[in-house]
Parts: sequence; structure tokens; C-alpha cells
Amino acid sequence: MKYSYYPGCTLKTKAKELDVYARKCAEKLGVELTEVDDWQCCGGVYTTSRDEIVTKLSSVRALNNAKERGQSLVTVCSACHNVIKRVNYDMANDAFVNAGANNYLQLATPYNGETKVIHFLELLRDEIGFENVKKAVVNPVKRRISAYYGCLLLRPGNVMAMDDPENPRIMEDFISAIGGTPVVSPYRNECCGAYLAVTDPAVPARHCGYITDSFKAKGAETVITACPLCMYNLKRNSGDLPVVYFSEILAEALGVK
Amino acid sequence: MQRIGVFICWCGSNIAATVDVKKVAAAALNEPGVVFSADYQYMCSASGQGLVKDAIREKGLTGVVVCSCSPRMHEATFRKAAESCGLNPYMVEIANIREHCSWIHKDVAEGTEKAVILMRAAVAKVNLNQSLVAGKSDVVKRALVIGGGIAGIQTALDIAEAGYEVDIVEKKPTIGGKMAQLDKTFPTLDCSACILTPKMVDAAAHDKIKIYSYSEVESVSGFVGNFTAKIRKKARFVKEDLCTGCGLCTEKCPSRKTPNEFNEGMNTRSAIYIPFAQAVPKYAVIDPAACLHFKTGKCGLCERTCDAKAVDYNQKDETIERKYGAIVVATGYNVIKLDNFGEYGYTENPDVITSLELERIMNAAGPTGGALLRPSDKTHPQKIVFVQCVGSRGQRPCDKPYCSKICCMYTAKHAMLIREKYPDTEVYVFYIDVRTPGKNFEEFYRRAVEQYGVHYVKGQVGKVAENAGKLRVYGSDLLMNEQIVIDADLVVLAAAIEPDESAKKIATMLTTGIDTNNFLTEAHPKLRPVESATAGIFLSGVCQGPKDIPETVSQASAAAVKVIGLLAKDQITCNPCVARSDELLCNGCSSCEKVCPYGAITYIDKEVNDHGKREVRRIASVNEAVCQGCGACTVACPSGAMDLKGFTNKQIMAEVDAICR
Repeated sequence: MKYSYYPGCTLKTKAKELDVYARKCAEKLGVELTEVDDWQCCGGVYTTSRDEIVTKLSSVRALNNAKERGQSLVTVCSACHNVIKRVNYDMANDAFVNAGANNYLQLATPYNGETKVIHFLELLRDEIGFENVKKAVVNPVKRRISAYYGCLLLRPGNVMAMDDPENPRIMEDFISAIGGTPVVSPYRNECCGAYLAVTDPAVPARHCGYITDSFKAKGAETVITACPLCMYNLKRNSGDLPVVYFSEILAEALGVK
Repeated sequence: MQRIGVFICWCGSNIAATVDVKKVAAAALNEPGVVFSADYQYMCSASGQGLVKDAIREKGLTGVVVCSCSPRMHEATFRKAAESCGLNPYMVEIANIREHCSWIHKDVAEGTEKAVILMRAAVAKVNLNQSLVAGKSDVVKRALVIGGGIAGIQTALDIAEAGYEVDIVEKKPTIGGKMAQLDKTFPTLDCSACILTPKMVDAAAHDKIKIYSYSEVESVSGFVGNFTAKIRKKARFVKEDLCTGCGLCTEKCPSRKTPNEFNEGMNTRSAIYIPFAQAVPKYAVIDPAACLHFKTGKCGLCERTCDAKAVDYNQKDETIERKYGAIVVATGYNVIKLDNFGEYGYTENPDVITSLELERIMNAAGPTGGALLRPSDKTHPQKIVFVQCVGSRGQRPCDKPYCSKICCMYTAKHAMLIREKYPDTEVYVFYIDVRTPGKNFEEFYRRAVEQYGVHYVKGQVGKVAENAGKLRVYGSDLLMNEQIVIDADLVVLAAAIEPDESAKKIATMLTTGIDTNNFLTEAHPKLRPVESATAGIFLSGVCQGPKDIPETVSQASAAAVKVIGLLAKDQITCNPCVARSDELLCNGCSSCEKVCPYGAITYIDKEVNDHGKREVRRIASVNEAVCQGCGACTVACPSGAMDLKGFTNKQIMAEVDAICR
């Protein structure tokens, strides 16, 4: 199984574990990930301004690169996934964005949203299958684990089309597959406070406070996430509750950590 | 050669704004057989019809084409007008230049061109029309009501009072429907059971009404005035003629873990059960999925307990065939499932309940004996949040686009009753809009706000999260423009209502229309709201659209009137546009018999005179009273012997030729 892979800049700096363990796990599971050529930062945030085309171009380049290889594009960072998937949706469904991006890029053939974008969790669920992941586990993670989805991974629901944004289960199923016990909290899909960490750290402190309090109250021993920004905010505000990337805990289970 | 008159209606500006009616009238005069044409502002009005009648008399017309709205609207009007001055009504044809032309086009030149073509096709058809004479068929003086809720009960009572027989077929073991589950009714707050159960008893006691409970309509054949329905009486495993409804068996039954449907699963019932104390008919019924005798072959306690010897484990489903003149659909509604509304946490938290569940909690015969106790720990909730429009008026795939209509009022009722009985309880209601059109409805809602101090918050709830035994409700207050968080003890969701799942199947069975939300479609949204588009099928209650009890009862009585009007006739006029077999062309292959959905075709041996050669042949024969004129046989016939009167192959080809000319 061969896929194009878009790591994103945070995964080369602050969130190396998310990237490194995702690659190791992919190799262990027989998946070949090839980095997109000359990829650039996705922009970090999907801009909702109607006439904002420039910030979408790096995503289109990455998507087009995967299209030229005839591969699906795998992402692992929630934020990159959100930006790239939404830009891809625009290229397929929004004539204005499509025309603007294609006019600027002047690609050999125009890009119209042909590439399939899948998050690493979807790769595990839909391409490899959680039952096969389970078979590959050598070191079952016998812990009570809470999945923290944050907001970017699932929303907007009709575009991301990964799971029910209000009551998701993909990460809980992932936890079960690697031998853990999923601990469900109603706050698992609430926002961590995101970039307000820069301007008003009290907001993420408050949000992460009630998120992690709820995880603890339900008896979680570990929290997993797919988002570097969630990780940053949660870690600063979770007290003694460990927070790790889902790829790291998968690597532990597969014996490649 | 026919002498045809063509009449073009403006329909006010409905047609005239997009179609140049003068041009159509002028073009008509160039068509073969047309001797007269005219246009008029409202052709269906008395003076418009007068125009048609005068022309028939003065110009000696033998055929009429009216270019107007759909034939479903006014074909009968113009045929009647023609008949009144001696023209056979089937010499009148309608060219639909409104729904099929002016309403869907914007450009006048294009609209006019299309209207001319449609007129031309109709003229070509009328040139080949022949006078047809409608036969008569007898009316079976009995009505079938499908569904035994308040809608079905009221319809049945009204029909029976007029002196006609009525059968109610109810799929549950008792009649009563949703209204039987309600505690109080708005806006008068009278007890639901107290006003419903006497009607249930009246229905059961009426000598003209027969109740088939725990039964379903399996199939319906026939046509208006003469339907045949197959009713499957499901096995109760209790003999109805012997059971006294004493309830002793339900007390002795050792299997007591089945969720009680009547209490919305908030407590349990025994395997042999009577749905509720006032059930009609009051017979016990065994649920074989829960019964130890059916599961293990042991037990048999109910059989031994029953002094009346009514228990019969070997009872089988029974199919009954009955004839009816009219059928009323009153299949009602259900509350939608809330599995896809994760933001409210209904499936995770026992203290997030639907309003129907709250009805049962507040009811004296409910799971808590009428005490307001929350399901998780049976304590009295101090703070209650009501959320309106859950699944109604939404855009997501799990949402319904329509307003469920009853929720604003029952939520105000719940809030008021709780504040009345438990003044120490704080009550919040989140709403998008409060909709209270109805007699004394707005006053009722104002009382909840002003007299009972219910906190109405304009805004929606984004999340309900379980938090240390409380339900933390995150909502927005749009008037204050702020986020609000309420730590509630109980959250009540006003879930949308949807037609009962049987509606789709029944609509298909009765070949009547259904909309995208599975509500049955009325024949006309304003002028024929209780009739379906299929003759002899009538609609009563929520199966046609969301409505409250007073509205349901009104519609139920209206449907009854329509049924009575039909049953009062000894005979009804049949549709003369039925199939006809040319006995000289028929080769007796049976193709038509196989495709006929009404069983109208049989084969007979008949002596025919084929150009002087006399011989007995096996040929198709159409029962004109049963044939509905669908035309399936004319397409299936390989030798071209089958034809449909009024829609002959020649006529249709002439129309096609005229369109393509």
C-alpha cells in the first residue's frame, strides 16, 4: 500500500513524535508513505474569507503532487488535515476558489479536487482495518485511555466526513484495537482554546481544565490526541495526567517505540 | 370531421404572464377541425364556463379543448359544463399550459411556443375522441380505518353515528395511540386519559364499530366503493372470547424484564401483559420474545392461573378478508430516534429524556406514580432545562426540515405544570421561536412566562455534558448575546415527530402519494385536505402532517364526512376510460392477464366471426368495473388487441405526431 504523505511543519519541530512514530507504525503495518515533494506549510488555519486564495495554494500544490503520483494523501496532524481536506473540498465544489487557484498555479492540468485525503486514523480504520491493527499488536496497551478529538479533526462534519462530530468513535475503536480501555468523556470533542494560548492563556487554561477534569473524573490514565496545538494546551493544563500522541501509543503497542 | 372549439384560459396572470394567450387562440384556428377559439381571464368561472357552453350550442361543437391548468384541477368542471349542453363529457380534453408550461417557464416567446404545441396535441387527440359512457358500480357500505389513535377513533365514531359500519385496524394490542400516553393536554390542562378513554369505550361499545386490535392490513385490492382488504390478526396467544381482562396472569408471570412500551421503556412489564389499565379491548397478550414458555418450553404459569382458560399457546396468526367502500388512513406518528444527536447526550445520560418520557413520568399511572423524579437516582430535579426544536427545523441529514408544531405548546405545558406542582424548581426553556397559533395558545404560553416564571431563553443548546452527577448545559442566549452554562438535574428534549414507519408501506399498498418526509399527500393542500389523490382513500390526523389534538379531531371528523358522503351513495359512476380487447386481434396469450394489477382480465372461450369464418377462440375479457385504466395491458399485448378507451394507441400517436410536427 503506497500513499503520499504530508507531515507539516510542526511535525518537524515541536511535534516530532507525532511524525516519527506515525512513519514507524506505517512501516510496521506494511504501508509505504512517501513525502510530498517540496511541501510547504499548510498555513495552520483554514481561512474562511471568500477571496482568500493565496493561503490555500500550498495545500493545492500538495494535493496536486499526490494526484500526479496517483496516490491518496495521508496526513497526521489534525490542523494540516483540516486545512488540506477543506481546501480539497473547495477545489471540487467552489468554482470561485477553483478558478482562482488554478489561474494562479497554471498547472499542466487543472486541479479539481481529485485527490483523496485521509487522516492517519482513517488509514488505520478504512485502509488497513482496525482488526488488522489489532493482529499486529505485540504489546497491548492495558490502560484506561481517553481520546481527545478537539475540534479540527471532525468539523465541519460534512466536509471532514470522518465520523459523527458530536458523538465520534474512531479513536475509541483505535484504543480498543491496541488493547486499551476507552474512557469516554462528553468533552472529548470540545475546543482546547487553540491559538488563544498566545493572546489570552486564561481561556485555554479554563477549557483544558474542565476537559482534563472530566477525563480524570471518568478514570482516564492517559489522554491521546492527534493535534500538536491541543497537545500544547492540554500539557500545560492537565496536571499529572499524561497526554501523548496517538501515533506514539500505537508505536508502543506495535513494539516499534 | 369534428367541429372543435379551443378555449385558452389566462388564469389571471398565472398563464397570461408567460404565455401570449391571443397568439395561442389564433394558432388554434389553423389546426384541423378547429372552428372556434377564444381566450378568457378565468375560464373556470361561471362566465368562462358560459363561454364554452354558448360556443357548444351556437357553433355546434363536437369537441372541446381547454388550455388551462392541470386536468386534476378542472377537467371535471369543464366536462360537466359540456355535458350540461348535451355534449358527451369525454369529448373534452385539457391541455395543461399552467403546471406544464407557464409556471415553469420565464420567457414569453418560449412559453407561448410550448403552449401552442400542447394545444396542438390536445386538438389532435380530440379529433379521434369518441363518446364514452360511464358505467355504475355498487358501493360497499362499510369503511376501514387504519390506526386506532384519537384520529382513527374519532373518524370511526362519526361514521358509525351516521349509521355505517366501520372497522378499526390497530397494530398495537389496544387502541388509544399516543394520546393515551399523555398526561395533560394543552391549553386547558385537562387529563388526557379522562377525555380519551370514554371515546375508546364508546368505539368498543358501538354496534357499528368493529375493532381489530393487534392486527395489520396486509393488502388492499379493488377501487373506490369496492375495496377488499386482507387483515392479519396477530396471535395474542390469548382467546379474546374468553379473556376477562382480570390481569391475574400479568401478576403471576415470572418474566418481568421487558421494557414497557407504554411507559417509553422507563420501567418493565411482564411477558403476558395488558398495555395499560384502560386498554381497549382489554385482553392480555403474550410477547413470545419474552415468554419463558416460548423460549424454553417450560413455565405455563399464566395458563394455569387463568380461570377463564383463555391462554392458548398454539394460537396462530389469522387472516381475515373484508370488503369496504372507503378507507381512512390514520397511522399517526412517532418521536424520532435521537441516536444521531450526540450533542445532547441522550443515549449516554439517563437524565436526558424526551418530552414523551416526561409525560409518562408526570402521569399518575407512569413509572414514578406521577412524582417528578429523575431516572438516574430517583431524586427530585431542582433545575430543569427544556430544549425545543430537537431535530425539527434543521438542515442536517438527521434533522427534519419541518416544524413539528406541537412542541412549543407541550413544553410550555410541562414547564407550567412543574412550576405549579414544585415551585422550588427552576425551569429553563431554550427556543428558536415560540410558535403559538391556536385558540388560547398564546395566552397559555404567556402564563408560563409571566405567572409561572419559566425562564425562556432564545437560543440553542450546543452541548449537554455529564459533570459530577449534573448535566452541564452549554447554550447561547441570543438576546443577551452571551454564552450561558446551566448545571441542570434533568434535560428534556422536544424531539421532532415523524410519520409512523408503517405510513410508507400503507401508501404503497393504497397507491396513494407520500411526500419526502413520508407524510401522506392530500389531494389539494387547501381545498381537499382530507382526501388523498386516490379515490376512496382519506387521511386523518398526523399521517398527513404534524398537528395537535384539536386539529387532529377536526380533520378526523372531516374525513368521516367525506366517507359518509361516499357511503351514502348506492352506486358510483365508474371511469369509462378502461381497457378493451379487440376479439379479432386477440391471440389468447395471457400477457395482459399477467400484468394486470387489479385482476380485471379473465379469458373466455367465445365464438367470433373472423371475416365470415366462425370459430370459438380463447380471448381476453375485461371486467370494466374492476379495470382502473392504468394501461399496463395495452403495452404488454403483443398483437395490439388491447386498447384503452379515451387513450387509444391511435390518439396517443396522433398527439406525438402533433408535438413533433
